[in-house]
Amino acid sequence: MSETSSSRRRFVGASVAGLGIAVAPGIHLIAAQGPAEPAGASNAKRWGLLVDASKCASGCDACVKACATENGINETVADARQGSQWIRKIDLQDKRTGRQLSLPMMCQHCANPPCVDVCPTGASMKRADGIVLVDRHVCIGCRYCMMACPYKARSFVHQPLTEQNPEVPRGLGCVESCTFCVQRVDRGQTPACVEACPEGAMVFGDLKDPNSAISRRLAQVATTQVRADLGLDTGVRYQGL
Amino acid sequence: MTKLPFKLLCVTSRLRAFASKLLVLAVVLVSGLALAGESRVAKPAVIIEKADSQCVAPPEEMRRNHMEMLKHQRDKTLRLGQRGAKVSLNGCIECHASKKTGSVLGSGENFCQGCHAYAAVHLDCWDCHQPKAHTKATPAPAAAGAKP
Repeated sequence: MSETSSSRRRFVGASVAGLGIAVAPGIHLIAAQGPAEPAGASNAKRWGLLVDASKCASGCDACVKACATENGINETVADARQGSQWIRKIDLQDKRTGRQLSLPMMCQHCANPPCVDVCPTGASMKRADGIVLVDRHVCIGCRYCMMACPYKARSFVHQPLTEQNPEVPRGLGCVESCTFCVQRVDRGQTPACVEACPEGAMVFGDLKDPNSAISRRLAQVATTQVRADLGLDTGVRYQGL
Repeated sequence: MTKLPFKLLCVTSRLRAFASKLLVLAVVLVSGLALAGESRVAKPAVIIEKADSQCVAPPEEMRRNHMEMLKHQRDKTLRLGQRGAKVSLNGCIECHASKKTGSVLGSGENFCQGCHAYAAVHLDCWDCHQPKAHTKATPAPAAAGAKP
């Protein structure tokens, strides 16, 4: 390379780096360096939930109501089967012994989520901290994930919505499910259902932190993953099943 | 000219062809505008509620790039869990919602709808996002939601 061309290159390089050339208002050839980005979800954490089914009262739906209020699920549907159901209460009975049990069922936030496997667009996704979400920007409403989920945790929105909460966008034509109240978790709060449970039957926390309340409980008591045979490694665990 | 490498020659001839195409396009455009005349859609009369305060970027930058800014931010917020960034759709609403209706939608006076109706660009954002500032969704009626 000749003396002239190398010095010219240095000059051009310096002026481009210094200015971030603006061609026209709003158009930049080279983007200016922005401020540092806020920290996001980290894989140093894995959010989990422990439900003590022995404390969960049949007929109580405080968690379901709290979820609906927090996430703005307030639409009236023509067909009850089409209503969104982020969390639901289930009553179980052992046919041989007659033992009855009530528990909340929702997205189990699997480590190996089948909904993510089957999604054709990449809308169904798992955050670094283990929260399984639907990216509605990309969801085409095909409902493969609803078919794939062994927990029937997902719902499809069948009608236009106008009453969303600002922090929880949701609308027609997309699949949705429990988000662990991700907007609350990112603020350092616990999910609305956990806060609302009158029996204190739910513990939310970081499964990777051995000193978190949930990890200490998991180390002490026998807990179950629903359909553990599927090997999905659920984030939601049940005690007293 | 003779000393120019072959590649550069190609570029200059292509540039000339492009320039002539541009000229034709400009003539067509100007004549089209002249024909349209009175039938043009009126420019949006958007009311800026907080005209004295500063947006996250200068107006000319926002006009051209707001969609890109929001698109990148939505992915970062949803997929990476980054909260509290400079750009946010709820941030837009906080400042730009109309004082009359509390919304960025509703009529040509309203911030988002005004320009988007003029530019004939469909607004998908508000199919899911809440266009009203400081909204709290009404509690669910007893009949709402599916029964187990």
